[in-house]
Amino acid sequence: MAADMRLPTTRKQVSLSNSLSALDGKDLVVPGDVITSDTGFMRGHGTYLDEEKLTASVAGEVERVNKLICVRPLKTRFNGEVGDVVVGRITEVQQKRWKVETNSRLDSVLLLSSVNLPGGELRRRSAEDELTMRDYLQEGDLISAEVQSVFSDGALSLHTRSLKYGKLGQGVLVQLSPSLIKRQKTHFHNLPCGTSIILGNNGFVWLYPTPGQQDEEAGGYYTSLEPVSLSDREVISRLRNCLLALAAHKVLLYDTSVLYCYESSLPHQIKDILKPEVMEEIVMVTRQKLVEQEG
Amino acid sequence: MATVQVSEAEKVYILHGVRDDLRVDGRGCEDYRHMEIETDVVSNTDGSAKVSLGHTDVLVGVKAEIGKPRPMVPHEGYLEFFVDCSANATPEFEGRGGDELGVELSNTLYKVFNNRSSIDLKSLCISPGEHCWVLYVDVLLLQCDGNLFDAISVAIKAALFNTKIPKVHLSENEEGGKEIELSDDPYDCMRLNVENVPCIVTLCKVGYRHVVDATLQEKACSVASLIISVTHKGTITCVRKVGGGSLDPESIFETTETGKRVGKALHAPLMELLQKEENLGKKRPKVGFLG
Repeated sequence: MAADMRLPTTRKQVSLSNSLSALDGKDLVVPGDVITSDTGFMRGHGTYLDEEKLTASVAGEVERVNKLICVRPLKTRFNGEVGDVVVGRITEVQQKRWKVETNSRLDSVLLLSSVNLPGGELRRRSAEDELTMRDYLQEGDLISAEVQSVFSDGALSLHTRSLKYGKLGQGVLVQLSPSLIKRQKTHFHNLPCGTSIILGNNGFVWLYPTPGQQDEEAGGYYTSLEPVSLSDREVISRLRNCLLALAAHKVLLYDTSVLYCYESSLPHQIKDILKPEVMEEIVMVTRQKLVEQEG
Repeated sequence: MATVQVSEAEKVYILHGVRDDLRVDGRGCEDYRHMEIETDVVSNTDGSAKVSLGHTDVLVGVKAEIGKPRPMVPHEGYLEFFVDCSANATPEFEGRGGDELGVELSNTLYKVFNNRSSIDLKSLCISPGEHCWVLYVDVLLLQCDGNLFDAISVAIKAALFNTKIPKVHLSENEEGGKEIELSDDPYDCMRLNVENVPCIVTLCKVGYRHVVDATLQEKACSVASLIISVTHKGTITCVRKVGGGSLDPESIFETTETGKRVGKALHAPLMELLQKEENLGKKRPKVGFLG
């Protein structure tokens, strides 16, 4: 039993001069910043014309494609691209499709024709399958999937036609900003601490105990409800708090940064990681390790 | 109440975690998330406090106004509660969506705080039967992340501690009527004794055990919870059950014992913190809403 009460601490002023080297000459703007007063450019997303001057309307990074100037916001919902790995939650079961919440502006769809049903890839989808859709995935279920295509209105169409995608079983979901996820070759990792992690491009991160033998027959729709061992739970909880700590300090998330953060959090108790001063210390050590590894 | 969707497998994971006394965020069953408290955040109130518990954020303002005492208790002032569920907290509160929760919260707060054993209501009396101080306690929910009752009760206690009621002088004028004169000096004020003000502890029954300070996910796994208000001496002043599920008498007894223990332990650090903040005086850094 513990109730930790404290006074709030003021946010520290970050001096830009220190972090300028890390920006690599990237053009960061805040709303109202004049990007250019040259009239030869075209107005893209995140900008507006103010007295003939091209001005930023969001905080983010300036992107230039020939004559077109856009500002890509840092705080944003998920803008999916084909091939992105996402973690999402089923919100609705409809005719031949599921609606999935993926932190993007519109609900994504998962078509019945783009899932692997039990019984192999070549199985025909009958009317019966349509009626039993809720047996595979029902409202509230979590899935991992890949973006198959993007509709003209920006809504995403997902697919789970691989054994690595599908319904997620026991574990913990952490919802973070999609800007913090580093794009990588693979977003599925088995961490050496005995836990697996799916870093969804949409900012949803799934932590789960590394599964033992994969049962191919079930096609990813069988979920084990056996209790997870206490040691696995401890690792998952620690990783969850580490992810939140990294996100609070805006550190890019990928397998190495998460693992380093996990290692540097080991001297502390799991529930203490979220205390501001501990969080700061852990993230500082993590940053140090990342710099050392790069250099 | 703001609700979240949780899949069956996640529920099983949370249930087993509570059974093993290791919750998703690493806490034990009787641990609170860390709490940040700041008083005197709204300048146009007589007392205010902002409490954040995890991502739950509440702001409480106390405004003292002169009113007429209730006829049944002419020697006492009284408190009024209003809870505003702003749509900032969750889109569900948009329009009239938050009204039901607001009324439920304010009714509970009224029961818990507006009685003479929690606050010395007699000190709010100016002239018996004619004038008294009415404390309007306004609660604003800024963010919901579970455990609203506990956060609100702590914020109310902090705001009442912070409340400065100007001293009044009663004088008789020529016609024999009474005249009320408010003191202009901001330091010439009356403070409330908040020693006996209770704190609320919400215990959610998850599986066969109960947890304090449940997050929204844990709340989604529980069928019933018990709201217990406890004073610093460990006296239980109010018990309410919320939620559709049923509790068996044995577990109620167990739960109240836990609530008593946890609630009692809540007061000492709170008072210590409030005293510390008070002693900082003008040196106190103002954080407000930007922290």
